[in-house]
Amino acid sequence: MSNPDENKPGGGRDWSVIVEDGVAKTNEPVSSAVAEPEAATRRHEPHEPPRQHLPEKLYEPRKAVHNKRIDGPFRRFKWLVMLVTLGIYYITPWIRWDRGPYAPDQAVLVDLANRRFYMFNIEIWPHEFYFVAGLLIMAGIGLFLVTSAVGRAWCGYACPQTVWTDVFQHVDRFVDGDRNARLRLDAEPWTWNKVMRRALKWTIYLFIGFWTGGAWIMYFADAPTLVYDFWRGEAAPVAYITVAILTLTTVTLGGFMREQVCIYMCPWPRIQTAMMDEKSLLVTYKDWRGEPRGSVKKAQRSPDKFGDCIDCTQCVQVCPTGIDIREGPQIGCITCGLCIDACDRVMADIGRPRGLIDYATLEDCEREAAGGEVKSPLRTLLRPRTIAYFMIWAGIGGALLFALGNRSHTELTVAPDRNPPFMLLSDGSVRNSYTLKLRNMESRPRDMEIVVEGLPGAVMWTDTIGRNQSAPTQTVTVPADLVRQVRAYVAVPKGAASQQFTFRVTSLDEQRETDTVQTRFDAPENE
Amino acid sequence: MANKRIDEPTGTRTVGHEWDGIEELDTPLPRWWLWTFYLTIVFSIGYVIAYPAWPMIDRATAGVLGWSSRGQLAEEMSAADQARATVREQLARIPLERLPEDSDLMQQAVAGGAAAFRVNCVQCHGSGAAGSQELGYPNLNDDDWLWGGDLKAIEYTLVHGIRQADDDETRTSVMPPFAGAFDNAQLDALTDHVLSLSGKADSNTVGAQLYADNCAACHGVRGEGDRAQGAPRLNDAIWLRGSGRDQIKRQILNPRMGMMTKWEGRLDPVTIKMLSAYVHSLGGGEDFIEVAEDPEVEVDEQP
Repeated sequence: MSNPDENKPGGGRDWSVIVEDGVAKTNEPVSSAVAEPEAATRRHEPHEPPRQHLPEKLYEPRKAVHNKRIDGPFRRFKWLVMLVTLGIYYITPWIRWDRGPYAPDQAVLVDLANRRFYMFNIEIWPHEFYFVAGLLIMAGIGLFLVTSAVGRAWCGYACPQTVWTDVFQHVDRFVDGDRNARLRLDAEPWTWNKVMRRALKWTIYLFIGFWTGGAWIMYFADAPTLVYDFWRGEAAPVAYITVAILTLTTVTLGGFMREQVCIYMCPWPRIQTAMMDEKSLLVTYKDWRGEPRGSVKKAQRSPDKFGDCIDCTQCVQVCPTGIDIREGPQIGCITCGLCIDACDRVMADIGRPRGLIDYATLEDCEREAAGGEVKSPLRTLLRPRTIAYFMIWAGIGGALLFALGNRSHTELTVAPDRNPPFMLLSDGSVRNSYTLKLRNMESRPRDMEIVVEGLPGAVMWTDTIGRNQSAPTQTVTVPADLVRQVRAYVAVPKGAASQQFTFRVTSLDEQRETDTVQTRFDAPENE
Repeated sequence: MANKRIDEPTGTRTVGHEWDGIEELDTPLPRWWLWTFYLTIVFSIGYVIAYPAWPMIDRATAGVLGWSSRGQLAEEMSAADQARATVREQLARIPLERLPEDSDLMQQAVAGGAAAFRVNCVQCHGSGAAGSQELGYPNLNDDDWLWGGDLKAIEYTLVHGIRQADDDETRTSVMPPFAGAFDNAQLDALTDHVLSLSGKADSNTVGAQLYADNCAACHGVRGEGDRAQGAPRLNDAIWLRGSGRDQIKRQILNPRMGMMTKWEGRLDPVTIKMLSAYVHSLGGGEDFIEVAEDPEVEVDEQP
């Protein structure tokens, strides 16, 4: 396709008169609005020469990644992280936590129906959702912190996409054998052997997907009850729908799309790319040491000509995203370090020093290439950027903890009646009505004292406490973990004027939590 | 039309039109799209068979499923009715004077009454139940009751209405007009005395005498009113038709007396019960007092 900006009128354009259907036409512009017709449209006109098709392909079919089994320190670390993260995911909903008779005993529970979020001894109400927002901000800054300290460690070890892809790749290996067997099987026609293997593999995929979705819903209801209801077909439809969707996404993303999610879908590699600098930890092929590549035999024949890389492609074969790390840092590299494990083994076998592929920063690489000393990559952990991120992260965390520790579990809201705004009583006193909402965030019923302050002579009664017991102070019991609505009638003797006053609520327990709301007392203008 | 040629770069036939050198390709519809069209046709046949589709004179053809939007509405309504049935049944069974003891049921009754009030009562008593002094509709929020403010009395008023000609048990009483009975000075004196009952003016002997002769029989010696005949209290701060001298004089000379619809027969007994509970809950409701066997025993007005 031609670039319209270079194609000035009269340049590449055909200005000749052509004859079509017996009518003479010119290609000259007919008005100034189309002074540069090529710039306005790239539409192909019938009398132009045929367009040339682009040689580049806009779509590239996926090349299946069959990563080879490897063992080494990084692989073991990956196992450990997988064990811990999956363990947390599957086991957490089953942890019990005693909160007394008025609250659920599940340690982590997002109770959407009752709008409560429980996490061990923390309970969050919907109006405190900023705690969750704060946690999300912490998670975001935590990712910044991890990225600036140890590069794409999140991608390589802890990201759910990585963990589940790893699980599915182990399933592949378990069913079909290691890399070469899988490559052979892929190339095979659909024999019974292949059909049976595929059926088995995909059944396991489905099982894992179902288990993943099944574990997810446990966070939203009492887990044992939900399991029982689920298998009896009595759980809420949303539970089944959620499990179905998550099964589908897990199998699709983890079983089939895998590294494509990281390379094409996920925004995080892009953000991380922007956050990388010469001090960021990367998995790096030390090309100054490895190049030019040559086999062990060639190197023996002419020792000075070849680098340490023997071009065995072990690093490519073990890569879970199927890249060649020797091409340099790239978006497909999730820095899981498996290529380091593979290369270190080969180097040990042929008696060369380890670390041809290793975690290193760009700065260190340059120093090393120039003949400088090799420094430990752990040094990058402490530098101003990581410390700044850590301070911000810890600051937000500290603020959240402080807010959590100091929040009141008693709250009051007041809504005065507006229709009618006041009521004359037969003895000439004036009554106003209010709807009070008393919030008890403790998981036990509490007595709360309501006091009318700053309204001389005022007495109060409620919908449950009769007028014959009216007094400036009333006590009501608020049920555990609920908001109780109380209709309060406040009466002031004859002759009172409209004025502001205050409702004060105090919890009658050792906490003595209190909350006040200022509101208005309306009275007739004169009389 | 004639120039249906094959467009070289795309290999697609053009439609044959040509406008200032612009030609249109006759690109065929994608296959899946075409199949979607066919599928919609198949679906529509199934739909016509299963659901009401062809409009006839008075109704549409009934589908084999027998579904109709009206039928669905009826189903939903009856489902909602059934959901309420338990509460209504409980309400029907419980005697009104025992209702306040069951606070859950009382809450349900108040909520149901609030809904019924908005439909049936707000036209006169107002959405906040504050009534209208201008028009003489009583305020239901206060603690002043013409005919009694306990649950039973409120229900009686609701059932039989006030001054309803076609109900023998309706609450009724008549204040005689005094136009022509007093001269201006007497009227002033009487008005002063009426106002003095609630401390708004000084009493005088002429007015007191007139009051004792003409008014005390119904309104009581000290103006305490009489709920048995709906005679308003005159010694409190609440005036149904205004506390100005002119308003009081007008009421003496040419009294206006309110009427209220009887709801028996219009609303079912349970709804009336709920309305009673709601009006009682507005803030002025009085505790139910067991009716004394001796009607002469005076009932406390402020329990």
